[in-house]
Amino acid sequence: MIGQLAAAFLGTVAFGYLFGIPRKYFAYSGLCGSVAWGVYVLSIWGSDVIASFAATVVVTLLSRYFAVKKRCPVTVFLIAGMIPLVPGIGLYWTFYYLVTNQLEQMSATGLVAVKSACAIVLGIVFVFEIPQKFFRVIAHGKTE
Amino acid sequence: MENREEMKRKSGAGEMPGESAGSSADAGYQQRVLEFAMRAGRLLLENGAEIFRVEETIQRICRHYGVRSASTFVLSNGIFIMAGSEDEPYYSAVRHLPSWVNRLDKVTAVNQLSREIEEKHYPLETAKKRLEEIEGMPERPKAVRILVAGMACACFCFIFGGSPGDMLSDFFTGLLVYAFILTVCGGLSKITANVLSGALIAICCLIFYHSGIGENLRPLIMGTILLLVPGLPFTNGIRDLADGDYISGAVRLLDAVLVFMSVGAGAGAVFLAYHHLFGGVLL
Repeated sequence: MIGQLAAAFLGTVAFGYLFGIPRKYFAYSGLCGSVAWGVYVLSIWGSDVIASFAATVVVTLLSRYFAVKKRCPVTVFLIAGMIPLVPGIGLYWTFYYLVTNQLEQMSATGLVAVKSACAIVLGIVFVFEIPQKFFRVIAHGKTE
Repeated sequence: MENREEMKRKSGAGEMPGESAGSSADAGYQQRVLEFAMRAGRLLLENGAEIFRVEETIQRICRHYGVRSASTFVLSNGIFIMAGSEDEPYYSAVRHLPSWVNRLDKVTAVNQLSREIEEKHYPLETAKKRLEEIEGMPERPKAVRILVAGMACACFCFIFGGSPGDMLSDFFTGLLVYAFILTVCGGLSKITANVLSGALIAICCLIFYHSGIGENLRPLIMGTILLLVPGLPFTNGIRDLADGDYISGAVRLLDAVLVFMSVGAGAGAVFLAYHHLFGGVLL
């Protein structure tokens, strides 16, 4: 488990490098990726869809917190942090099964893919409804 | 009105004398402000910022430099700016941005700049110089990026349950695929590039699998596919939808879906051929 979290951290930082994230934010984006994977693999969620939703919510919260704390665009943390959740890999498998003519697997995978994608969308949308002020208070401890 | 005059005095401090009064100088000043705002917006949009950030930055710059009538319309691949009212001259500009790249360092830098413009009251010329510096920010060296891509693939291969042999194979597949993306794919259409990359991934993974270095095909494939994951358009598309920018959000999500369709088709075709020609297993 520790090894997996470390791998998620390293992998996310590596993607951060490819995305051009400034060096000083590497550790934070790596942490986002690591937390995303950690939440995703918890056994309490029961299904892939719920796990995706929960992981997305946690990562988005964390990204917004870091963005306010470090005063930089939330994209920097969010995009790298979402990488371990592999948004859309289900779609890849769906088309893979379609091309290789495994139609039963295709419909099963396709359904889960669409549901997971919706879960990720909802997770991001909900967390972005929280007003910026909330994060400002938590990060800087002032109410203005 | 007073505020605007004051802003102009501040920002016009280092500029040519005699333009603080007179409507023609006013028009020139306004045009330079709007051109600067357009450049900043364009830099944001083409390097992977969300729509609302682009709009907000343009508005913020215009307001700070005293252009109050500016209004913008930003799409995922174009910016429209229009200004003009009873007491401000008319100006409009359109920029088309056919493609975008992942350069979050530039997004961060422009964001920082727009913050500093408000906090430190930069004159327009200084801000322009800073923007030029950001435009010229060097890309990270290709060789290092290829190496890092290999490392990323190995890490994610491990996460998805790969053995050390799988990780080693994925490291080299990652190197090869990223080098392919950097060198060959630049001149191809997005769909062709992704079909070819998907096929290349499948071929490499099959070779490593048969040479005995890689043991599990699924982690092998998953680890390297990640390199093609359109994380930026996907996440930004959702954010745009959440902000109500439906057109841009839909376009970006469509972009992400197309990438996956192409990659899946490319990899699927290779596996299909492998199945028919060599009797290998379908995954």
